[in-house]
Amino acid sequence: MTVFYALAYLLAAVLFILGLKQLSSPKTARNGNFTAAAGMVIALGVTVPQLHVTAAGAIIILIGVVIGAAVGTIGARQVKMTQIPQMVALFNGAGGAAAALVAVAELVRFGPHPPLTEALPSVFSIVIGSVSFAGSLVAFAKLQELMTGTPITYPGQQLVNGLLAAAIFGFVIAVLAIASIPFSFLALMLLALILGVAFVLPIGGADMPVVISLLNAFTGLAVAASGFTLNNFALIVAGTLVGASGSLLTKLMSDAMGRSLGNVLFGAFGKVQAAPGAAAGKEGRTVRTGSVEDLATLLAYSRRVIIVPGYGLAVAQAQHAVRELADLLEKRGVEVNYAIHPVAGRMPGHMNVLLAEANVPYEQLKEMDEINDEFKDADVVLVVGANDVVNPAARNTPGSPIYGMPILNADQAKNIVFMKRSMRPGFAGIDNDLLYDPKTIMLFGDAKDSLTKLVNAVKAA
Amino acid sequence: MNSELLNEFTFFVLAVFVGIEVISKVPTMLHTPLMSGTNAIHGIILVGALVIAAGADSPVTIILGLLAVVLATTNVVGGFVVTDRMLEMFKGRQTTRTQEPVNPK
Repeated sequence: MTVFYALAYLLAAVLFILGLKQLSSPKTARNGNFTAAAGMVIALGVTVPQLHVTAAGAIIILIGVVIGAAVGTIGARQVKMTQIPQMVALFNGAGGAAAALVAVAELVRFGPHPPLTEALPSVFSIVIGSVSFAGSLVAFAKLQELMTGTPITYPGQQLVNGLLAAAIFGFVIAVLAIASIPFSFLALMLLALILGVAFVLPIGGADMPVVISLLNAFTGLAVAASGFTLNNFALIVAGTLVGASGSLLTKLMSDAMGRSLGNVLFGAFGKVQAAPGAAAGKEGRTVRTGSVEDLATLLAYSRRVIIVPGYGLAVAQAQHAVRELADLLEKRGVEVNYAIHPVAGRMPGHMNVLLAEANVPYEQLKEMDEINDEFKDADVVLVVGANDVVNPAARNTPGSPIYGMPILNADQAKNIVFMKRSMRPGFAGIDNDLLYDPKTIMLFGDAKDSLTKLVNAVKAA
Repeated sequence: MNSELLNEFTFFVLAVFVGIEVISKVPTMLHTPLMSGTNAIHGIILVGALVIAAGADSPVTIILGLLAVVLATTNVVGGFVVTDRMLEMFKGRQTTRTQEPVNPK
């Protein structure tokens, strides 16, 4: 029978790998999610008959599964598409906390002198799981705007975080060597929770996706560690898969921003921009603003229009309005495409999800490499709520914090229309020369309002 | 190092490489669903939560077990449902396209 169980866990692991593979193509992505879910059902299904259930155990399992399934289903169904990143953060935090609690329960069960091969992964799981849980909650609070999204810094912050890490290391040794101190691992858990909060506080709201991805990888590793404690093959393989792929995904995300992961996590980004003095001395320049009617005429009589959607579009929930404008233009024979920067929206791929929700045809969504050569042939580039991803400073100004980040060649188009709420810089905190370009026309206001006005004006044009 | 631990360590190392290899070909547009999908997969900690909850026999282990099962189930169910909601939209868009045979190009 144990052979059967082992083979079932192997099947589950294979399904997880196939699921991840299928998730890598738009055509099979949805099946990939089902494949992984099937793996989960199998892994859980063969776990249940192996349990030695006490009466109390049966009750808490029933209650726990019912509550968890209800919370998970309702949360996942009710959440708005723009709030996906913080929802993923919450689910990730739940997983991290569960991993830490499983490890605590194992240490309680082992009593005062657990063997090192059990204690070491348990302690690892407690620390990493707790950091992931607390960090995820802070990431959620920042994205949900329950707290300020700007980096929270104070003098000696690195020192405090370093001391926290050192204290945790000390407690790890203490728990492993002199585990007879009752509940010393609870103190360890508390310290790890504090470290999780302290770790995420100095990171800005716009960088939260990278942090969530990293914490997602952390939870995977914590789960893998629990697998070592429980000698469970499925936990080790699934947890490690997530840990490895999540780490790579985190790196890909920060690469797309043109920054190293270290810079995202420890850079306190706001300070970097002060050094090159990029924002100084630009007050004298003027920008050109246009009326809605002028812009509508410009758009309606163009041949090629490229829309560059950004973070501001997501915030204003303007994805439906932008699609309406695009449809209207296409009816008039204008060729409309969307240029999707890798970090558009709140996380890589987020913009595709938002535009998909608004039924924007798949072929119109062009990735950066695909469309960058087409900007020079475009009559109008409509930049909706984006800023840093079209900032030529990334190409031309070596001292700029975003120097080296790949950008969209919006500056090569014949006309550039910027829809922005104000002249405020993007999250990189630097001025955008493109705003002052003679080819650029500004349309200030909420993206959704402006787009709705444009739609009406185009209808009249 | 006993042989079981050695086996486990082998799986661990191989899984690291498989995880990196499988993900390296994912296009940017699928990164968000992918993160969400991997998030659901680490909900397999529910297996561990079930093991400790099943053996609960003291107030401490009962509380720990209940909390772990609730949190892990939330992770699994919420993770898969929210991923499916995202991917459903990719699919929905393709079907609406076939209903409109006129290509605007």
